[in-house]
Amino acid sequence: MRKVSAAIVGSGNIGTDLMYKLLRSDVIEPRFMIGIDPASDGLRRAATAGIETSAAGVDWLLERDQPPAIVFEATSAAVHRANAPRYEERGIVAIDLTPAAIGPYVVPPVNLDQFLDQPNVNMVTCGGQATVPMVYAVSRVVRVPYGEIVATVASESAGPGTRANIDEFTRTTANAVKVLGGAESGKAIIVLNPADPPLLMRDTIYCALPEGSDHTLVRESIESMVHEVQQYVPGYRLTSPPQFDDEKVAIFVEVEGAGDYLPKFAGNLDIMTAAATRVGERIAGAVLEGMVIR
Amino acid sequence: MTFDEALDIRVCDSSLRDGSHAKGHAFTIEDVRSIVRGLDSAGVPVIEVSHGDGLGGSSFNYGRSLVDERELIAAAVAVAGNAKIATLMLPGLGTKDDIRSAADLGTSIIRIATHCTEADIAKQHFGLAREVGLETVGFLMMAHTISPDDLAKQARIMADAGCQCVYVTDSAGALILDQVSDRVAALREELGEDATVGFHGHQNLALGVGNSIFAIRAGATQIDGCTRSFGAGAGNTPTEALAAACDKLGIRTGIDVLRLFDVAEEIVRPVMDGECVLDRLALIMGYAGVYSSFLRHAYRAADRYGVSGADILLKCGERKLVGGQEDQIIDIAVELAAARGNA
Repeated sequence: MRKVSAAIVGSGNIGTDLMYKLLRSDVIEPRFMIGIDPASDGLRRAATAGIETSAAGVDWLLERDQPPAIVFEATSAAVHRANAPRYEERGIVAIDLTPAAIGPYVVPPVNLDQFLDQPNVNMVTCGGQATVPMVYAVSRVVRVPYGEIVATVASESAGPGTRANIDEFTRTTANAVKVLGGAESGKAIIVLNPADPPLLMRDTIYCALPEGSDHTLVRESIESMVHEVQQYVPGYRLTSPPQFDDEKVAIFVEVEGAGDYLPKFAGNLDIMTAAATRVGERIAGAVLEGMVIR
Repeated sequence: MTFDEALDIRVCDSSLRDGSHAKGHAFTIEDVRSIVRGLDSAGVPVIEVSHGDGLGGSSFNYGRSLVDERELIAAAVAVAGNAKIATLMLPGLGTKDDIRSAADLGTSIIRIATHCTEADIAKQHFGLAREVGLETVGFLMMAHTISPDDLAKQARIMADAGCQCVYVTDSAGALILDQVSDRVAALREELGEDATVGFHGHQNLALGVGNSIFAIRAGATQIDGCTRSFGAGAGNTPTEALAAACDKLGIRTGIDVLRLFDVAEEIVRPVMDGECVLDRLALIMGYAGVYSSFLRHAYRAADRYGVSGADILLKCGERKLVGGQEDQIIDIAVELAAARGNA
């Protein structure tokens, strides 16, 4: 079967974990891995896997005779802001795993097909990938005046980028709870927990409900959405049944990672790379079917 | 080491912030005005005002504010005479916008809190706070969970980011005497002239005042209290008892002790829903090292699901929950109820 070529820009934890997922893909061939540190574990592993690697940054990638059709960017918001116009100029689709959010947000079970023709799509945040499907599950059956999410991740899984820009996480996630989740207003909270051994990612999603909402309908919608997310993140599950009270529903989720490169507790990072793979495969599929002319 | 020429230590009264937990985040403008006027009249130099979980804390997870904390802060600033008004924010919950708004509202001091191992998430916030001219205090919460040396390393991160005073924050009321002074001493040694050291205590093992005196003897120059212990868990170090003990020991706080006794009895107590007491659940928090503001949440969840509040808090300790994970209390209660159902 023909595959669409892709590059991974950024050879850190996310880029390397993503590489293992793309290596299993039927429609994407990860052909290039770009970093800035020649000694990085990610580049070494990529080379071992037969991927062409370079520590010379994006310049090197754009000088290739046959540049990739898709770039997965796992660097930082600032780097992606600089690179994005250059990809677009070359007709390369960018799937942005940084908080730069130049393109529209994509959360697979919510709007996977909506932006197939866009030059750039953004994967929100790990907390967004884990919680927006739940907010959407509720808002597709009942009005949600307000959605609030609490994401707790193991300290060890929060890298320097997240730590230096924690406001970006809360702002972007809260925005996605509204824009994609369908809540009329949104709030996001992130908590880092240093417990050893590290805990799995935990997410709690609260949705305000109008009086007289049909709880059965809401519960069924949630359960069916959990099933949809499990299609690409098998370790995504409810820890308790949804809890209803007079004003809201509370949904308790745990995310266990696949353990490709990152440890299983880092479900927060796994759900990002799994979602990006899902989006990449959908775009690649569209390219192969000739749905998208580039 | 003294706070300044006039004061050996500077006391911050947190009744209008930590007390927010005990009051279900239901302070009114009138509560704030009367308590600020009272504390100010007794010479309390710093008064903290906010939702219990800081700016932006109003939420399903922590409890919604009856009155927007910005209105409460503005009311406090308007009636304060000599007292400085402080407020609190937690990165991950509040954002830099909250710091700007605190400065715009006329607060003098911003207190920025992280779990004691996560100081680096607050770097940008300290930087911005200094830029907008706020005095900065850093809270290393749940300080009982790590060693004095590790705590000192985190204090260094805060100081380098622009924090002027780092607090050993005994959020669970779990530290005992020498464990306080060892931590304060480690921070003093690490920080030298770069930042001062503070202590925030709770009453869950009835050691608030004693721990504060140990902190002062180890070199802490800012100490928190709550008048009538009006705070989370079994309450905080009672400010009036702390002031009296300091007075007896010749430690200058600038507080009129007898006047503060009156304020505690006549102004603060009537605002409280009830006394903060050292009951079974509060003791478990101190004993198992659980974040004090979980107390009310545990009571509510125990009631709703018909399970033991003590069991909920013990599970919180077992799961090593940190401040901010109030959401997990319901999850734990559901699990306990299910386990009982199956038994």
